[in-house]
Amino acid sequence: MKRVYVNEKWCLGCHLCEYYCAFAGTNEKDMARALRDIKINPKISIEENGGVSFAVSCRHCEEPLCVKSCITGALTVSDGVIKIDRNQCIGCYTCILICPYGAISTSGDGAVQKCELCVKTAAGTPACVKGCPNGAIVFEERG
Amino acid sequence: MKGLNGAFSNNNKANPAESVIASGGSPVKYVIIGNSAAAIGAVEGIRQIDRQGEITVITNEPHHTYSRPLISYLLLGKVTEENMRYRGDGFYTENNCTLMSGAAVAEIDAGKKQVVLADGARVPYDKLLVATGSSAFVPTFEGLDTVESRHTFMSLDDARGLSKALDKSKRVLIIGAGLIGLKCAEGILERVSHVTVLDLAPRILSSILDEDGARLVQSHLEGKSMEFKLSCNIKCFEKNTAVLEDGERIAFDLLVLAVGVRPNTALLKGIAEIGRGVVINEKSETTAADIYAAGDCTQTLDASSGQSRIMALLPNAYMQGECAGINMAGGGKGFNKAIPMNAIGFFGLHIITAGNYNGDVHTVKGDGNCKRLYYSDNRLNGYILIGNVEKAGIYTSLIRERTPLDTVDFALICEKPGLMAFTQEDRMLKLGGVAR
Amino acid sequence: MAINFLYPDYEVARNYDRCIACRACERQCANEVHEYLSDSGKMVCDDAKCVNCHRCVSLCPTRALKIVKSGNTYKENTNWSGKTINELYRQADSGGVLLSSMGNPEEFPVYFDKILLNASQVTNPSIDPLREPMETKIFLGAKPQDIERGRGGEIKNNLPPHLALSMPVMFSAMSYGSISYNAHESLARAAEELGILYNTGEGGLHEDFYRYGKNTIVQVASGRFGVHPDYLNSGAAIEIKIGQGAKPGIGGHLPGAKIVGDVSRTRMVPEGSDAISPAPHHDIYSIEDLRQLVYSLKEATDYKKPVIVKIAAVHNVAAIASGIARSGADIIAIDGFRGGTGAAPTRIRDHVGIPIELALAATDQRLRDEGIRDRVSIIVGGSIRSSADIVKAVALGADCVYIATAALLALGCHLCRSCHSGKCNWGIATQVPELVKRLNPEIGYRRLVNLMTAWQHEIKEMMGGMGINSIESLKGNRLMLRGVGLNEKELDILGIKHAGE
Repeated sequence: MKRVYVNEKWCLGCHLCEYYCAFAGTNEKDMARALRDIKINPKISIEENGGVSFAVSCRHCEEPLCVKSCITGALTVSDGVIKIDRNQCIGCYTCILICPYGAISTSGDGAVQKCELCVKTAAGTPACVKGCPNGAIVFEERG
Repeated sequence: MKGLNGAFSNNNKANPAESVIASGGSPVKYVIIGNSAAAIGAVEGIRQIDRQGEITVITNEPHHTYSRPLISYLLLGKVTEENMRYRGDGFYTENNCTLMSGAAVAEIDAGKKQVVLADGARVPYDKLLVATGSSAFVPTFEGLDTVESRHTFMSLDDARGLSKALDKSKRVLIIGAGLIGLKCAEGILERVSHVTVLDLAPRILSSILDEDGARLVQSHLEGKSMEFKLSCNIKCFEKNTAVLEDGERIAFDLLVLAVGVRPNTALLKGIAEIGRGVVINEKSETTAADIYAAGDCTQTLDASSGQSRIMALLPNAYMQGECAGINMAGGGKGFNKAIPMNAIGFFGLHIITAGNYNGDVHTVKGDGNCKRLYYSDNRLNGYILIGNVEKAGIYTSLIRERTPLDTVDFALICEKPGLMAFTQEDRMLKLGGVAR
Repeated sequence: MAINFLYPDYEVARNYDRCIACRACERQCANEVHEYLSDSGKMVCDDAKCVNCHRCVSLCPTRALKIVKSGNTYKENTNWSGKTINELYRQADSGGVLLSSMGNPEEFPVYFDKILLNASQVTNPSIDPLREPMETKIFLGAKPQDIERGRGGEIKNNLPPHLALSMPVMFSAMSYGSISYNAHESLARAAEELGILYNTGEGGLHEDFYRYGKNTIVQVASGRFGVHPDYLNSGAAIEIKIGQGAKPGIGGHLPGAKIVGDVSRTRMVPEGSDAISPAPHHDIYSIEDLRQLVYSLKEATDYKKPVIVKIAAVHNVAAIASGIARSGADIIAIDGFRGGTGAAPTRIRDHVGIPIELALAATDQRLRDEGIRDRVSIIVGGSIRSSADIVKAVALGADCVYIATAALLALGCHLCRSCHSGKCNWGIATQVPELVKRLNPEIGYRRLVNLMTAWQHEIKEMMGGMGINSIESLKGNRLMLRGVGLNEKELDILGIKHAGE
């Protein structure tokens, strides 16, 4: 299955992946209108320190600890993609407790959120991949 | 509604054709006592390997599998009984299971490999999983039987009963300021006139928080008008009044007992080794042949401390159950990373804890947040996070994986949990999918 | 300072209706032009620091930025332009020599833009490049003067070493040190995939790039940086750099700040010391000396590699070329006055040298007149900007062209001409690791291959239109060119007729 992989050698820490992710999540047509005066809460996030930076998003693990730990069954796997049913999630944060990548984050309405490979957004193929200006994020099958 | 959760995905390492066949080549009979997380984990585990075997799930509750921790959210009004279901409506048929609900088990006849129900019926098994969970412990208080409206808070039926009894005029006394007692308090606070939470311990959530942390959470809850009576010993009950050792009298309309839970191990007495809970190994096997156990009724190795103990958490229950199911079906899975851990929240204040609190401690406080990391011998033993719980899983993985702290940038990870604290090679593995 | 004569030429214009304060501009500007004010949540700019490189403009996800002229205007004066006045102010402030990067931007005639191509009509019909074979392949090197036969009458192979190229373009010399490792990797990989060559420039050859040796021209410049036997043998050809179009007559200067790490090792210059290339090769003071160097290099490489001699286009370029053709060199490269550079004194870059079109025509004609045109191949550079320029150059007599500025543009350069600052925002003309990272060779080499592939198609289209199906038939074919807006003298030197004739 194709996943999003980040090569920290080429990551410039420009944070554009975060903005394209946030924009894709709005399902709007114009980025300026969608994100003006908004504090974004993207599902991919940059970690940076010293000269090193890289983006972290859900790895869609083959043995997903979050799915096994979810107390409501809101986290499920379909065709390898791990999805959240936000109506079923009650915001207990057990998944945040268990995810070893820190890839799940809180959102304004109580439910958690994470990358779902843009299967639900207007973007289609992952927006972070298309938006990275330096080819640091790719969408491919590995191993 | 919900997906099959990989029940039919073939990503387990064992060869699916190699399912255990009973003598005569007929399909294996799997019997599971219990219908909660561990049991469901076992069903999904079995079906990863063996699609032919017969699975029978026996539960004394009359319900479709539901998520027990959600009962307080039901009282809060955040969920309906419909979405308390732990798996979709079609779960049992899709996984080819027979559900015997409302059927209590009287005993296990290990010699004949049969489960004997309360009504005398016998259910034969090739592989048995005991996932009986735990029950509320009801202490023998003097005069307890004189109390008019008395409740425990463990099951859906408990929640329904309590809900029916609530109204805006009622004063509720909850005995037990632990996880269950406080979640119950949160659930009912807006629906009653007053809630008092009482505990023998000097602090709330004494099983998971230290003094500082407990105080932080307590003042948050007191801010919502919850009342606490700590370090209080109950002498006796006189109808709807609790009399404390020091003479104080507390009147109430409803009493909820949330003092603790006891694992339901009775069925395996004399059959398998029982310590505080049913003793299982990392394959979820008990000491009795062909009998497995998983979930709140078991005790197993705590990877953070090396001690064997009960770790009653839904994630552990599911993973132990899944492990049991896979091994019952002939796969060879081990689950040796169970640690105590909790994710809980009250009125928007979140608490995440894991592991044990031995060793040196690193504390970061501020903005209403509190973080404590406990470490010794180059390992992270445990942590407490209150308020900002982002990326707690990074710390959890250090405990579960027993990561030597000198292989990460410890100073950085104390300040900010993240993959940055790991080496570049580790990140290539974690983020780049590069095999070692 | 208390009194500032120099107002910024350019301003950053931000459309606040479209700006989402994503801070990508702030994070990506090496000159710290943009800043995010956390209390107001707005982005602001310091225009004085802007070099007009367009990094922020290109990255802005909502197209909220553009660079505009600031419009601070002096009184109109044809003789004393604002630019001239500002340059004078800078010298009065600093007392220093003005330094500039890239090619001559002044208003001198661009002869390529005054030359037009022919096309076939009726007789000598056009060739359709999609349906009929069209050859852009060329060979560079000396042609033998006679056929030699052996004892038995069989023809001896007396062909000197040649370079085979898939199209008449090569990447010109840009040294490792003036441009980054990633830029070199992009050029090397593109040259390999396209079947052409790239040039190391005077910075030596990094050990990681020896694997691209058969697509590499190794340069021997006056400073002899990085020159050792393995270096010479690793490439497909050796180029002796006598001069460079951007700065004829003077040498080069790479400041010590850029001589670090790999750059220092590859150049064989100690870290931190300036790498100064002297103006002349101190062992070449005559054509005979040049001949000696040419043959030393051939000896060192066992006569297996063609030797190129690169000169700048100056007044008597034809005579110099004639001497070089007789010196044993296989190929002459002429670099016109529009050629680019990492850094050169402004006055030299802008006022020294002559246009490559004229230099080429004069050289080609002179060598033909002397009957020695086939002793050498001619490569020209110094502002080849499009496939049309290539076709015109070949028709004027060139065997091949060198491109450099065009290649850098493909890699992301926006001709902001601040290379000498060492803070190239595109990761090209810099050694700062955080900036070099911005040029991902995977993307860079792909863009170079795209550009050359596109140009190759266009060359075929233009040739086909003329009824020509190989570069050989286009070479020196002055009849395919006509001038427009040129005077008698210019037409005469170029050797072409005026449009209408």
